Amino acid sequence: MSFKPVVLWTDALVYLLVAVVLVLVWHIRRNEHLLAPWRRVGHSASGMSALTVLVFFIITGLLDTVHFRPATELGNGDNGAVSETAYSVEVLSLLDLIAAPLRTRVEKTYSAPFAAHLYARETVELPDGGQTREFPRLKYGGAHLQDPELELMPDIMARAATGAVGGLLLCGVLIALLAVTLARQRNETFMSALAAIRCRTTATPWYAVSIMLALILVLLGAALALCSSYHIFGTDKVGQDVFYLSLKSIRTGLVIGTLTTLMMLPFALLLGITAGYFRGWVDDVIQYLYTTLSSIPSVLLIAAAVLMMQVYIETRPELFDTVAARADLRLLFLCVILGVTSWTGLCRLLRGETLKLREMEYIQAAHAFGVSHWRIISRHILPNVMHIVLISTVMDFSGLVLAEAVLSYVGVGVDPSMISFGTMINAARMEMAREPMVWWALLAAFSFMFALVLSANLFADAVQNAFDPRAKNLSTRVKAFHRKKIQKKPEVETASARPEDSFL
Amino acid sequence: MLNYIVRRLFYAIPILIGVNLITFTLFFVVNTPDDMARMQLGIKRVTPEAIVRWKQERGYDKPLMFNNAEQGFSKLTRTVFFEKSVSMFAFRFGRADDGRDIAYEIRKRMIPSLSIALPVFLLGLGVYIVFALTMVFFRATYVDFWGVVLCVALMSISSLFYIIGGQFLISKLWHLVPISGYGYGMDAAKFLILPVIIGVISGAGANTRWYRTIFLEEMSRDYVRTARAKGLSERIVLFGHVLRNALIPILTGTVVVIPLLFLGSLIAESFFGIPGLGSYTIDAINSQDFAVVRAMVFLGSLLYIVGLILTDISYTLVDPRIRME
Repeated sequence: MSFKPVVLWTDALVYLLVAVVLVLVWHIRRNEHLLAPWRRVGHSASGMSALTVLVFFIITGLLDTVHFRPATELGNGDNGAVSETAYSVEVLSLLDLIAAPLRTRVEKTYSAPFAAHLYARETVELPDGGQTREFPRLKYGGAHLQDPELELMPDIMARAATGAVGGLLLCGVLIALLAVTLARQRNETFMSALAAIRCRTTATPWYAVSIMLALILVLLGAALALCSSYHIFGTDKVGQDVFYLSLKSIRTGLVIGTLTTLMMLPFALLLGITAGYFRGWVDDVIQYLYTTLSSIPSVLLIAAAVLMMQVYIETRPELFDTVAARADLRLLFLCVILGVTSWTGLCRLLRGETLKLREMEYIQAAHAFGVSHWRIISRHILPNVMHIVLISTVMDFSGLVLAEAVLSYVGVGVDPSMISFGTMINAARMEMAREPMVWWALLAAFSFMFALVLSANLFADAVQNAFDPRAKNLSTRVKAFHRKKIQKKPEVETASARPEDSFL
Repeated sequence: MLNYIVRRLFYAIPILIGVNLITFTLFFVVNTPDDMARMQLGIKRVTPEAIVRWKQERGYDKPLMFNNAEQGFSKLTRTVFFEKSVSMFAFRFGRADDGRDIAYEIRKRMIPSLSIALPVFLLGLGVYIVFALTMVFFRATYVDFWGVVLCVALMSISSLFYIIGGQFLISKLWHLVPISGYGYGMDAAKFLILPVIIGVISGAGANTRWYRTIFLEEMSRDYVRTARAKGLSERIVLFGHVLRNALIPILTGTVVVIPLLFLGSLIAESFFGIPGLGSYTIDAINSQDFAVVRAMVFLGSLLYIVGLILTDISYTLVDPRIRME
């Protein structure tokens, strides 16, 4: 075998998460009452556009999650067959394979975006024996050009245009496919389906989605066409392509955002519902537990826990066979500790909701019939608090991605060897002080993070609007403020809805 | 009322003990004091004698939780956990690894922390409420729509970028204020103005949106409809009635953060070189100074609990319907 699959801890959990999501999708599709709020999400133009962007991030993240160790051939046997296969200590992912040109074409040091020359002067030996200080040509960036001064701009333009047209064509094909599907669904002709998309008369805002898709594909096409011969975001101090670094950071952000949820959900669900349902001393104990945990400033708790982990890892190097495994364990641990610090908010919400639910008549009736506690919780309470779980996890996601950057910057985030937005920004801090300034790494990190977090925020808004009966009231009330008196919510909930600015 | 406050204060004690237990467990159950000593001394220079000396100097030479060598009650008291925790409750934080007195450092660094956190808090409160009110006043128009869009965009930018961008634009490019540093007295103003502005801007998105939601919720109440039915103008309804009533949830919601202001802002302080508690904590984290981190955790949770109690009291003060039970 020319490679050996590696399943890191976070990989396994991401696979589990994907499996869970697929099962949920299958389950929801079969139940109309579960599907209804998702349809409302599907009708939100901003939400669907954001989802389109998110899908690209998720694909990148998933590609980066399939890990393996490539073989390095040691010696050949008699008939040319490889007798012994050793595997490289370097763990690669599918994304690394696809982006191999980006990963392997390492320059000497800094170079600006689209540059053909290094960013710093170097002493170069002249053929006649003399020496001169000049900006040397890059090994890979724009290496095919004879005279970069003249050819650089036209070449970039031509390549970008080709890529953009390619992206546009792909988008056209996708829209045509969409129109065919729509036409078949609605029993129309292809042209009328296309017209429906254009005139925005479809229930799902396909028009907005198409525009977004076109935008992404054009940018992606241009980027792909250019990155084969240029460093489109420049290179960093050790000459690595910044575009590649940004792509690799996506997985770190996504893993933190999603796995933390996976870690905290069992705690929050179990304890929140138990506290609200059984009340009495159980409630007291659980309340004490979450008050205690939440009274520790989260950054400090995270810092303390990560420090502890650092000592543990450093004193036991024999546990990890590769650098990646070590970095991965630290990432997983970061998810765990973020999960431990963030379950309290959701737990409090679930407790409040369960307290309210258990007084409902149908649950009282179930009690009267002698239905067991376990059955009441699983059949009646759990399904009725799921919307809160969903909303709060979707809302938390973007905050976690931002938190990762801040924590890595502070030095208690991911392993320094792991590429993430935080480590990129941290490195960029030194570059800011340089004269002349190196700005591209920062800009790349900024734009990728902004796109990811913005789309996550917009999608979260759409989900909240669709699932939260209270939010729905609010938005309709804006248009015609009357009707329905809203119930007075317990104070804790308003307090917990306050945006946390704990990191600054 | 006094009875209630005293009871709440007593209720805080088990929480603080819990906090201590958690941080203690975090530090010492997975890693023994020996591991920590090795870490601090450096892997290379470590000798058994050095470890013993390190532990003795810092009081880690006793058993962690349970001392079998002692008799009776002192089985529990002559332990690292008990001694370290009790001194924490007496606000004796001991010495940091560099030998300086932690309590003294905390006292000294509180003022710089407050001098940045307090203006950010107050200015922020004013600015966000004004923005939120503007959006509510023009609700369901383009002003509101683009205001929300702007808020979401502002929310999506990491606070790191606000700081880096602000430092670059204002200090490096325009040379308006120094990039970082801190001065005492009137001198402090020129160092503080940039962090304060950035602090306000970086919280603008999320907070403005939160206040907008509160105002909108308040708008849907019955008394607002009554006021409108009386024929009051929208302006009077908004500023005279809604604003005043919405201030209750806003104030009670913000009381909890006031004590936390002492801790300062971790990231901003370390970026701007302000010698406050936030940068102290970050330095301690980076140099793995467990004593300081533990002291800060304790202080942080203490302040949080004080904030919670203040919130409860402010509830009862502004809303007489809530009875103390």
